[in-house]
Amino acid sequence: MKEQKRSLLRNNAVQSLLASLLCILIGLLVGYVVLLLINPAGAGEAIVTIVKNFMTYSRRNAQLKYLGSTLVKTAPLLMCSLSVLFAYKVGLFNIGAAGQYVVGAGASLYCALAWHMPWYVCLLAAAVAGAVLGAVSGLLKAYCNVNEVISCIMLNWISLYMVNTLLTRVKETTSPYTFTLASTNPGAILPKLPAFCMAWFNDNQYVTIAIPLAVLAAVAIWVLLEKTKLGYELKATGCNKFAAKYCGMRENKNLILTMAIAGGLAGMGAAMLFLTGFEQWQCTQSSIPGMGFNGIAAAFLGGLNPLGTILSSYFIQHITNGGAYVDKTMYSAQISDFISALIIYLCGFVLFFKFALNNWLDRREEKKAAKAAESAEEGGKAK
Amino acid sequence: MEQTYAIEMLNITKRFPGIVANDNITLQLKKGEIHALLGENGAGKSTLMSVLFGLYRPEEGVIKKDGRVVEIKDPNDANALGIGMVHQHFKLVECFTVLDNIIMGVEPCKHGFLQKAEAREKVLALSEKYGLRVDPDALVEDITVGMQQRTEILKMLYRENEILIFDEPTAVLTPQEIEELMQIMRNLAAEGKSILFISHKLNEIMAVADRCSVLRKGKYIGTVEIKDTTREELSRMMVGRDVEFVVHKEPAKPGKTILEVEGITVASKTHSKDAVKNVSFTVRAGEIVCIAGIDGNGQTELVYGLTGLEPLKSGKITLEGQDITHAPIRKRNTMGMSHIPEDRHKHGLVLDYTLEDNMLLQRYFEPEFVSKVGFLKRKAIRDYAGRLIEQYDVRSGQGPVTVARSMSGGNQQKAIVAREIDKDPELLIAVQPTRGLDVGAIEYIHKQIVAQRDAGKGVLLVSLELDEVMALSDRILVMYEGEIVGELDPKTTTVEELGLYMAGAKREGA
Ligand SMILES: Nc1ncnc2c1ncn2[C@@H]1O[C@H](COP(=O)(O)OP(=O)(O)OP(=O)(O)O)[C@@H](O)[C@H]1O
Ligand SMILES: [Mg+2]
Repeated sequence: MKEQKRSLLRNNAVQSLLASLLCILIGLLVGYVVLLLINPAGAGEAIVTIVKNFMTYSRRNAQLKYLGSTLVKTAPLLMCSLSVLFAYKVGLFNIGAAGQYVVGAGASLYCALAWHMPWYVCLLAAAVAGAVLGAVSGLLKAYCNVNEVISCIMLNWISLYMVNTLLTRVKETTSPYTFTLASTNPGAILPKLPAFCMAWFNDNQYVTIAIPLAVLAAVAIWVLLEKTKLGYELKATGCNKFAAKYCGMRENKNLILTMAIAGGLAGMGAAMLFLTGFEQWQCTQSSIPGMGFNGIAAAFLGGLNPLGTILSSYFIQHITNGGAYVDKTMYSAQISDFISALIIYLCGFVLFFKFALNNWLDRREEKKAAKAAESAEEGGKAK
Repeated sequence: MEQTYAIEMLNITKRFPGIVANDNITLQLKKGEIHALLGENGAGKSTLMSVLFGLYRPEEGVIKKDGRVVEIKDPNDANALGIGMVHQHFKLVECFTVLDNIIMGVEPCKHGFLQKAEAREKVLALSEKYGLRVDPDALVEDITVGMQQRTEILKMLYRENEILIFDEPTAVLTPQEIEELMQIMRNLAAEGKSILFISHKLNEIMAVADRCSVLRKGKYIGTVEIKDTTREELSRMMVGRDVEFVVHKEPAKPGKTILEVEGITVASKTHSKDAVKNVSFTVRAGEIVCIAGIDGNGQTELVYGLTGLEPLKSGKITLEGQDITHAPIRKRNTMGMSHIPEDRHKHGLVLDYTLEDNMLLQRYFEPEFVSKVGFLKRKAIRDYAGRLIEQYDVRSGQGPVTVARSMSGGNQQKAIVAREIDKDPELLIAVQPTRGLDVGAIEYIHKQIVAQRDAGKGVLLVSLELDEVMALSDRILVMYEGEIVGELDPKTTTVEELGLYMAGAKREGA
């Protein structure tokens, strides 16, 4: 019985979960303190609002609808975090998920709006565009020994302005936004879920197959990493590239392949958002969409487990959306981003908390052992 | 009168998942003595020493220093008590200089600025005094293992440690360096420092130690005075049976040529001269050819060239009649080349993988272990690993699913040897195959290598240990400064003559 309890706390997945929850808690706490400092009057309410997200609506229908909206944006985030996680398992830090996301958006929207392609072609185009961009970083690393972090960061900006330029051709004349899919090419909009599922989200029109698709992708990545020959090879390369070379794995090929897969995931993630029609691309934007960067946080908060990232991606999107409901008369509009950024930042401490937890367990066991030894001694004396 | 010991470890118990690494062990170290610690691979020697050095906390037991109970929570505590350790696998920062590594953690500072000149003088003085030759400004990644070892020793001396722990210091050294190290240890002991010395080489223990404690499977067996004991008795205490030190083998019956090497040249990584210069030789089926030589004379690069880890500058390699000069590594491996690498942590293992996954490293792509669509067949893998573990007696806490990093050094080596020999290669390239193994395991591995030969395979053995060279080989090629300077027959040659060739004092045709 006791043995069981111990092994449960020692279990890696359980530890990740605990550590993640702790991070979230501390993040909320720190957020609360900051809100208190800015304006004590509304702090409690604001935090509650953030955590409640769509639950702030009293009508059930509205709740369902906005749950749908949160999920719509969870799908691309999940894809980005899978992208980061996948590369990380192979020993690469894909900070370029942001750029790959951007080219994915560019490719899918251009295919949809300029060439009037059906949705599946657009989706594929996004994945290919992301994969190509990822492969560029991989190639640079493999053959020119350019650190992937550097090349990714630079490619992020290159991608942004390239996509801005490209999509200017398909933007409204009066605004910086691209044409809506509904007016230009409804065939490019991702298919909705079956009717009975749509009912769960009060027929939120943006709820599409993107959501189950992203979950499917998470499962697929998990299977790929844990169960297949390719995963075995890629992880070996990530853990010890010398040993990988020694046993005949082709390190350079693996590097490039990994970055391409990672890029493809992020690119496809973008299509999963923009092909719902939920957002249009703003061709004048001068900052890289945060989705790719949040993917990093989601990957770590999820304990670097593809299935864990499903939960963590949802959570991060949940509070990000929740932030939008904070009373703007008391706090400035940026406060929501600020609070979610705080929590995301603390997510980086997951590994630290796991370490601390293990230490604590060790110490507790020691104490127990010492006590047991003492009582055994006493028992011996009594005899 | 009760004697006070420098260090007493009393009734130490340390458990790891699935295994009791130290089971109620008591070890007493006298002041000024060299105390050897002997035991099979996985007996718990490194663990016991790590407990003393504060890397692990024991579940039970106390440690006394000079008769007083002390608590050692981490290596800093150990350091404060004057305990220093040279680890089985060195712990140096590769991209730092020797000097930086030595002073790391105890840097002399004034107003927050490093006082390197001061430290440097102290290090140079120490290195002078004990004959520990190092180049303080060389980067660790560029220096030989021998110098890395001396750096580790200087690290302890710099901290003015009184209790020195050497965990298998000689496994990676050349015979000459071993001789030097033993002299250094004697000097240190004569100065009153107390030394704990782990080694699998009974000769060394007989030569340098005062007393020896023996562990077996985590249990304490006993302590003996070296002057009252013999090699045979020690090995019996350790393994629990008699060990044969001689290798029995029939005369070789060499057959067709397996490996033909024609004039290969390999560049050196560290200096501009070529590491291997225009080397030619053959290995035939049914013979063990040994490359002997002092470490750093091009053996490593020769093997890299043969196995494809480094490109050749010129020359030609033929394996079983096929030109493999430019073949990728995987091609060479599947054509029947096996390679027990020199550096088990760098090339031999993925330390974060489980034992079974490590055993699969050369075969994960074979249909036996992977389905057509690319899924690994976990059951087949586990069975396969189980068989190898059984056959080669690879000991670990949790069997096939033990993470390789947590295994003892010798058992890591056994896992690699098992994997490479079991592939049933046409050509086995074995570099220091018994490095870090206990006498029982060495006996077994030697038998396996001879069995490979008798089954008509070619074996290319690279070894720094003359005993191993003489015992195993059918033909000896001596390498000196990147060239093969002589071919000797172990039956007619002597160790002395071999030594002359190795030192470059003698060469064929000169
Ligand atoms: N950190 C660890 N986690 C789990 N098990 C461990 C760990 N360290 C050692 N062990 C286990 O404890 C046992 C003793 O290991 P140890 O390294 O002390 O052996 P050793 O006597 O030094 O052997 P060798 O001669 O091979 O170096 C081994 O079975 C090993 O698998
Ligand atoms: Mg050891």
